Amino acid sequence: MKKDIILAGVGGQGILSIATIIGEAAMNCGLNIKQAEVHGMSQRGGDVQSNLRISSAPILSDLIPLRGADIIISLEPMESLRYLPFLAENGWVVTNSEPFINIPNYPETDAVMAELKKVKNLVVLDVDKIAKECGNPRAANMVLLGAATPYLGMDMARIEEGIESIFARKGHEVVESNVKALRAGRAVAESK
Amino acid sequence: MKKKLLLLGDEAIAMAALNSGISGVYAYPGTPSTEITEFIQGSKTAKENGVHSKWCTNEKTAMEAALGVSYVGRRAMVCMKHVGMNVAADAFVNSGITGANGGVVVVAADDPSMHSSQNEQDSRFYGKFAFIPVFEPSSQQEAYDMTRYAFEFSEKMGTPVLLRITTRMAHSRAVVEVDDSYGKKADLHFPANPMNWVLLPANSKRRYAEVLELNKKLADISDNSDYNRYIDGPDRSMGIIACGIAYNYLMENMKHGCNYPVLKISQYPFPKAMISRMASECDSILVLEEGQPLLEEYLRGILDNGIKIYGRLSGEVPRTGELNADNIKPAIGLGEVPSSVIPDVVVNRPPALCQGCGHRDVYASLNEALKEYPDHKVFSDIGCYTLGALPPFRAIDSTVDMGASITMAKGASDAGFFPAVAVIGDSTFTHSGITGLLDAANSNANITVVISDNLTTGMTGGQDSAGTGKLERICEAVGVEKEHIRVVVPLAKNMDEIKKVIKEELDYKGVSVIIPRRECIQTFSRKARQKKAQQE
Ligand SMILES: Cc1ncc(C[n+]2csc(CCOP(=O)(O)OP(=O)(O)O)c2C)c(N)n1
Repeated sequence: MKKDIILAGVGGQGILSIATIIGEAAMNCGLNIKQAEVHGMSQRGGDVQSNLRISSAPILSDLIPLRGADIIISLEPMESLRYLPFLAENGWVVTNSEPFINIPNYPETDAVMAELKKVKNLVVLDVDKIAKECGNPRAANMVLLGAATPYLGMDMARIEEGIESIFARKGHEVVESNVKALRAGRAVAESK
Repeated sequence: MKKKLLLLGDEAIAMAALNSGISGVYAYPGTPSTEITEFIQGSKTAKENGVHSKWCTNEKTAMEAALGVSYVGRRAMVCMKHVGMNVAADAFVNSGITGANGGVVVVAADDPSMHSSQNEQDSRFYGKFAFIPVFEPSSQQEAYDMTRYAFEFSEKMGTPVLLRITTRMAHSRAVVEVDDSYGKKADLHFPANPMNWVLLPANSKRRYAEVLELNKKLADISDNSDYNRYIDGPDRSMGIIACGIAYNYLMENMKHGCNYPVLKISQYPFPKAMISRMASECDSILVLEEGQPLLEEYLRGILDNGIKIYGRLSGEVPRTGELNADNIKPAIGLGEVPSSVIPDVVVNRPPALCQGCGHRDVYASLNEALKEYPDHKVFSDIGCYTLGALPPFRAIDSTVDMGASITMAKGASDAGFFPAVAVIGDSTFTHSGITGLLDAANSNANITVVISDNLTTGMTGGQDSAGTGKLERICEAVGVEKEHIRVVVPLAKNMDEIKKVIKEELDYKGVSVIIPRRECIQTFSRKARQKKAQQE
């Protein structure tokens, strides 16, 4: 088993919480993990990404090679496109549909969507809207993660346990509402 | 007891230091080294065992404090980003001569590709320069194991040890097997020969000879180190030397084993016998090293008339920037680097000052006030406020090294230029600005210094700032006139007042300091969140 995952977004959106949960789940599955993150300069509203590699075999490079990623998970549509050169031939792009516009020259949303549509294996969803519908607007990340779960090669139960151990100290209700958001995201991917 | 944890390379190093029984970690923040010290600051074990972990004012004070710990027989770790080595260099290089009593491990975190740095200098040069052995881990587990070993090695060989890591090692997580216990601190004990620490010429000359002898011994040890490995291969048309993390990028491409002989180097001085073996058994050598071509240059020499050598200097490997599994492909005969063209619709998203950040109000008012002087120059410094160079502000003309704003403004003024303005952050000011301000005051330079005080070390994530609450007194003490130390609150509603203050101080012929003071928006909201969480 090998999954190379690129997590993308804009500084402050919180892509690392997704990495943490997948990492936790992978560890509980006894898999090897490497997760390279970007700190520092690029966190001030710039583009951020994290390379997450999980595998049953030992992992060497901390970075995913070009055309090597099985999934790109992105909290922002244009940011998902930035990493397309890393996407493997049959890889998936799972992205939030809502642009995060903090630059004056952000492209037309239609142009971004048109480019996205060219991706063979694609899931696009409005994670904030779904999170609100689930009653936890702060769980948008979990909705996105949920939409990626069919392609992660790990049991849904393991991911839910990951959420449980990360949010446990915040109480049962927080765990429940995050799991609910996760399942809602997964439902979108499965209805495709 | 052993346990397995998912740790950043930085955290693995911190854990190893705690397990090695350090008396303290001494550091100034700097990406990508910051999380080492933060891990120790947050560790319960560290607290229970009284491990010192308060931030230092700069890298030099950190290095010197660690030497003090070593002198009295205990272990200390020093952490910094690569450019911090320049600041600590005086202490570091001379520590090669004094040697170590208690173990000293200096961690230098290099940043090839300059993800958040001014240059991509390679700290291994410092090891060579100071005759200090260097360890360069290739995995997080190795980072842990090597740090443990480095403390013992430092004491056994009587020298500080340099641990060189890079961004990918520092900021990448992997599962690491670690010990479960805090190592015990040694009892206080002094150097066997206290004269080694009195670097008068007579002692230094003796020590220098001893250090050179030790260096030969260290080279022999490198040749027999478990961290340097010769892995033979059938195709001897080329041998590959892979230093530190470069080994991973090589093996990522060689999942089923490498046909070429490979020499993995993680301990320096260079293992001379191993390298000679490769040169005698192979037709050519490829050098893969992260950072600058240190080994390649040595192998090649000026004459370059020996065995054929490939690497960054000959062009088979990119001359600058980080290595990765893709860009070394041509050098190992695996064809071209795959295309990395991104769709045209994707535009850059540069970092920016946060909404609500006080630096924004500082630049807005400064730009307004300086409109009257179209030829003004603003010498700035390193921190979040460096982003003032970008649109919409485009407010600063220089950023070089920590502290350079004040001294460059002074130099420009000395040379007859007006108006010379300096913009510096509070943490940068105490790191390296105070001595420059003393120079300026002593020669009554005609400069206006803005210390944009957000009460924290913002750029690196909001660590304590050494001068908080003391800035006015510091400025006064170095000789700035009290009337020309002006404190303002950088908020849009105060714009007119701030502009007026700046203008008045530009008009004053001498050193003036303006301190716009308002808490960093990030630390402010973090504290608010913590408070809310406590109440819940
Ligand atoms: C010699 C050296 N040490 C450390 C750093 C890393 N560094 C860059 S900016 C910065 C913090 C600056 O803090 P401050 O001056 O208070 O400005 P702020 O970021 O809070 O605006 C640090 C630690 C560096 N670039 N050079």
